[in-house]
Amino acid sequence: MKKALWIPYNIDVVINKLKDNKMSDTIIKLDNISKQYRLGVVGTGTLSHDLNRLFAKIMGKEDPTLKVGAKNTLDSVDGQYVWALKDINLEVKSGEVLGIIGKNGAGKSTLLKLLSRVTSPTTGEIKVKGRIASLLEVGTGFHPELTGKENIYLNGAILGMTKKEIDSKYEEIIDFSGVKKYADTPVKRYSSGMYVRLAFAVAAHLEPEILIIDEVLAVGDAEFQKKAIGKMKAVSQSGRTVLFVSHNLTAVEQLCTKGVLMMNGTIVQHGEVHDIVTAYKKTSIDPEHLKRSGTRVIEFTEYGVKDMNGKKNNEFYLGEDFIVDVKAKAKEGIDISDLTLDIRNDANEFIGHVTNADDLFHIKDVKKGESLDVQVLVKSITFAPGTYYISLWLGNAYGTYDYIENCIQFSIKQGDSYILRPHSFDKRAKVVLQSKWTRK
Amino acid sequence: METIEKEKLTNKESENWTMVIKPKRSLFDVDLAELWRYRDLIVLFVKRDFVSKFKQTILGPLWFIIQPLITTLMFTVVFGNIAGIPTDGIPKMLFYLSGIVGWTYFATCLNDTSQTFIKNASIFGKVYFPRLALPISVVISNLVSFVIQFVFLLCFLAYFMIVGADIHPNINVLLLPVLVLLIAGLGLGFGIIISSLTTKYRDLTHLVAFGVSLWMYATPIIYPLSEIPEKYKLFVLANPMTPIVETFKVALLGVGEINYYQLLYSFGFTVAVLVVGVLIFNKVEKSFMDTV
Repeated sequence: MKKALWIPYNIDVVINKLKDNKMSDTIIKLDNISKQYRLGVVGTGTLSHDLNRLFAKIMGKEDPTLKVGAKNTLDSVDGQYVWALKDINLEVKSGEVLGIIGKNGAGKSTLLKLLSRVTSPTTGEIKVKGRIASLLEVGTGFHPELTGKENIYLNGAILGMTKKEIDSKYEEIIDFSGVKKYADTPVKRYSSGMYVRLAFAVAAHLEPEILIIDEVLAVGDAEFQKKAIGKMKAVSQSGRTVLFVSHNLTAVEQLCTKGVLMMNGTIVQHGEVHDIVTAYKKTSIDPEHLKRSGTRVIEFTEYGVKDMNGKKNNEFYLGEDFIVDVKAKAKEGIDISDLTLDIRNDANEFIGHVTNADDLFHIKDVKKGESLDVQVLVKSITFAPGTYYISLWLGNAYGTYDYIENCIQFSIKQGDSYILRPHSFDKRAKVVLQSKWTRK
Repeated sequence: METIEKEKLTNKESENWTMVIKPKRSLFDVDLAELWRYRDLIVLFVKRDFVSKFKQTILGPLWFIIQPLITTLMFTVVFGNIAGIPTDGIPKMLFYLSGIVGWTYFATCLNDTSQTFIKNASIFGKVYFPRLALPISVVISNLVSFVIQFVFLLCFLAYFMIVGADIHPNINVLLLPVLVLLIAGLGLGFGIIISSLTTKYRDLTHLVAFGVSLWMYATPIIYPLSEIPEKYKLFVLANPMTPIVETFKVALLGVGEINYYQLLYSFGFTVAVLVVGVLIFNKVEKSFMDTV
């Protein structure tokens, strides 16, 4: 008997359903993921802790080292344990390019480590559809004595490819890397740029359903970075899912469709990438989330940046002067103190600082109830274009009165007066040097 | 109608997960199928070890032969000639070499695999692959050197037979593959147990190299089993390597007797160590990045 071909009466509905289903297909699901780390030197007292845990387990009690409900910031260390991630719930849809942003220590890398199975979560469950490949760092397992070709095979296999898959991609990989001429040379003879290119080429040609990338774009020259970004775009357009962690907000905004903002081990916001980047810029100077310490005998009450016209502003051109206003109110009288402005970039690297001593300016004898009101004129700033944060510190040799981390944000734009180059400034550079060129 | 369909869909979805990462998987959840999928990686690791070991050395793979040869000469002089330990009527060089070849394989397997976690921490910290692939590849690449040394031993054997020494390779040589597997299994088993423990208690690293060289003296390498005083015999026989080394010698040299019960004991011991090793290793690999 012939089987009748079943035709749905309303084919449109079915197609739409399929489409819907595909579009909203969850490819990664994180359920209440937490990760706890032990601090300090492992090996001292671990045996006693182990026995303690074992005892609790045998008695059927809760693990004594797992304190739930404690305030979760990396500063408030609960004994020797710290939560790097706390109650993470996240769903990633198939084909999404998800940018994960947050300050250092927010838990981004820990999250990726869990996903790439380098370490396992303390609680919760991660469900994944398909193969995950991670680029936590390119060139993993490269052996200096092996040739470029041998390393392609080794690295490919470490990243989860079979020999057959690498065979079929070999030509493509070596072409993409641009080191074809040196395929039979040991990689220890490679320049660092060649090394990185080769490593990235292997990783870029993996064909996993999910690709995890952490800060790889920080390496290589500008041309190669462009190539790499192009490849990432191609990967994501081919319907694969990409998780991308970076401090480079521009790259995140360029590449990603969705974003996640992390802070102190939790997800603060999840949504369109533009909103997330904006939120990140805002929260990074949101007073509620600022790290603050000190005795607060005298404390900062107002602070901000303005331009030379006295207008509130936080965007300056290279080489411009600007003014930082700082106001602090004394709860008790203080004697000689110092005020310091630390400036960090958005990768939280310390770039520069200024202090009152630089100008032989003295801060002393602030009486109880009085306000300290200073204006700092910072002259011709030459930091590379980007976003910067100022931390304020007030104290003396005996201690800190008040310290607020990264509380003022400003950005430097390239402009066309300080340096004249028409193309944009190399992102790896930290400061800009002015130069005069003449032909002899 | 609608709800039922939806339920079906979600059900289907939940079945589609290809991987679930959970905090504490059961102790016995060992994914050997996954290890098999990564067999190409194991082969490439073996190749890497082999290539990198001898790049920029003048003698290259000749080192495989030089090491046991010099050790044999040393033993012949020190234990054979100076100390005068008898060798069951077998030419001294041959007696020592046949013991050393098997023992070296065991010792290198144990020493090398016992450093799996510590030596590879940087690579383990970045990429996931079945961690067992590394110790297994170590055992295989050591097997390559064992085979070379074994062929060397056979040359020695042939020479002494031509010269007319009293040696009789016999049908028991068929047992050799089993013996090699037992050596590999024991070395791997002990190695991965130790490597799992070293992630927490570093002291063990110091103990291993030292312990292995002591262990050799509890194994009939420099003396024949027949020479051991009765009161120490049980101690030497409790050593799972003893029956293996003895059988190895009996098969090649034809002196002594094979005790199948003892061999069975070694077999049981190997299986036990291997199972325990794989279980511990499997448990540690999930969290060792946090402790190492």
